[in-house]
Amino acid sequence: MTNGYHIVVCGSVVPDPLQTLEPVSTPTGPALKNEMMLPAVLDPWAAHALYEAANLASKVAGSKVWLVSVGPKAKLQQVMMTIAQRVSFELVPVDASASGFADSHSTAALLAEAIQSIPGLDRARLLVFGGWESASRGAGATMQLVGERLGILDQFQGVDQLRVLDDAQPDGSFEVLERIEGGRHQVSVCAGPPALLGWATGNLPEPRNNPQIGMANMRTVMPALQKAKSLPLPAGGLHFLSASPPKQQRQTRVVKDLSPAQIAQEIAEWIGK
Amino acid sequence: MSQNILFLAHVSEAGNALPKASYEVLGAAVKLTKQLGANLTIGLIGEDVAAAAETIAAAGTERILAVSGPDFATARYASDAAAAEAICRSAAADLILAPASSRFMRVLPGVAHRLNGCADTHVTSLEADAVNGELRAARWYYRQRIETVIRRDARPWIVLLEPGCEAAWTGMPGPVKIEKLSLPKFATRTTVTGIRAPQSDAQTIRPDADLLFVAGAGWTKKQSDGKTHVPEAEKLILDFLRAAGSSLGGSKSLVDQSGESQAVLRFMTHLNQVGQTGSTPRHPKGLSMCCHGEEPHVVGWRFINERRAVNLDPNCGWARGKADVLYVADAFEVLANLNARLTPVAQSSPEAMPQEA
Repeated sequence: MTNGYHIVVCGSVVPDPLQTLEPVSTPTGPALKNEMMLPAVLDPWAAHALYEAANLASKVAGSKVWLVSVGPKAKLQQVMMTIAQRVSFELVPVDASASGFADSHSTAALLAEAIQSIPGLDRARLLVFGGWESASRGAGATMQLVGERLGILDQFQGVDQLRVLDDAQPDGSFEVLERIEGGRHQVSVCAGPPALLGWATGNLPEPRNNPQIGMANMRTVMPALQKAKSLPLPAGGLHFLSASPPKQQRQTRVVKDLSPAQIAQEIAEWIGK
Repeated sequence: MSQNILFLAHVSEAGNALPKASYEVLGAAVKLTKQLGANLTIGLIGEDVAAAAETIAAAGTERILAVSGPDFATARYASDAAAAEAICRSAAADLILAPASSRFMRVLPGVAHRLNGCADTHVTSLEADAVNGELRAARWYYRQRIETVIRRDARPWIVLLEPGCEAAWTGMPGPVKIEKLSLPKFATRTTVTGIRAPQSDAQTIRPDADLLFVAGAGWTKKQSDGKTHVPEAEKLILDFLRAAGSSLGGSKSLVDQSGESQAVLRFMTHLNQVGQTGSTPRHPKGLSMCCHGEEPHVVGWRFINERRAVNLDPNCGWARGKADVLYVADAFEVLANLNARLTPVAQSSPEAMPQEA
């Protein structure tokens, strides 16, 4: 790819996975109890997408990374304090609900609009990245809807690897590994941008915090957050009739006084039933 | 006015048969069709759908629509979206039911947008209200931590049903008349070049296995003698998977070690990861060893009915209502004993090792 990729990563905030989540009813539908008080993290799959984007941008000269994020401004600011230290990007925030109960069609509309508003974005070099699912809505639908709104017909989901086939080629063609059933990958070759990739976990470790990257990012992150538009997220004809945590609680039998051989015997009998 | 229901399926890329999950969704479609007095249409996508169509001849449909040919042999967004869109438009369906396969999960939300409709994925049940016929879908949010029941105003409504939630439809095969739809030219900038799978003896993910075995990070930690025993752990686990014919899962802390240059189980990858940021597999039984059973991991066990765990910590998460039985013991010793008991059984039973998916 002679001019580099324009990589736009879609990703929002979710409650820290260690938090207890309790649904409550509100006039606009279900929400999480004390939602604004819960510590937040960047959605894990979106984070993988961001790290993969930064890795690709570092390998292909002239590439640039944007992070488009729909979420409450205060939460985005909190999460950016950590994420901005890991990789270089330009934040495009949209001040709106990051609730998992928000309709994926409405969220996709906001994301697509935000992407289209990025100045200087070159569609011929465009790769749209995101998580293939989220830890909130978990729909596995939002990215496809964004792609359709942007008219991108080369879409991949559950991506674990993107390999640029030949850096010297001007078309930017690449090979993609997508997760399919049975622990296997489907291998595809795409002729180049524009394309959309919903990432699974990829293969990269979490980058270490780098205060210098953080300082550079925050010069643009803070002004972008201050200017972020506050937008409503319509329900889009989605109605929740109930929302409840699972009630299943098992009566655990704790076995402390059996030898390994006796335990093995008991488990073997259980497996064989 | 009666509703139109479309059952949409694709043949497996391995041949010309429908995946098992498709028959489960057909069962749900047939049930709803009868309940609502609706019209059922069947739509099929694949290289050659004739044999698959014959297997569902008795499902009670008047129309079987198909888009077939070499372009539809493999899962590619542009061609699959064009095929599904053409079938949905021809069927003029209000409700479209499809299995939540990787192929359809990739493409059907985008098709919903083209049809000016809506899509919901990971649906675990779809019911019609007995009084007014209103359709209600159940699905989980926040990674299996909150269960909801929803309804939608928009139509068509595409619903992707999770496998294992409905009884599979069965019926006698027979001759059928297939209406083949032709498509306008679509983009083919992407070429599917193949499927990459581990060697058959190294395949550890078996969706159809009766038992899920989950290994935690404890397998790679220092044991009572102050040393790690990773090669021994690898052998014990692989021997167990062979003997019990089980599928292998891992906790996030264990699969992440491979990216952090720590001692690792070489066969454990992110594909094995079960939990909040991994998969939520469906097996009748689950056995965990050397895993603490914390909530972010256990949410991946939501659809595993019988659960047992082996851990040295009697106060671990499994003891707090997350497993049926917690054995407080050394997993290395238990698994060695278990393998000794299972191996003779496995050798004498040709069905001990399941077919790979």
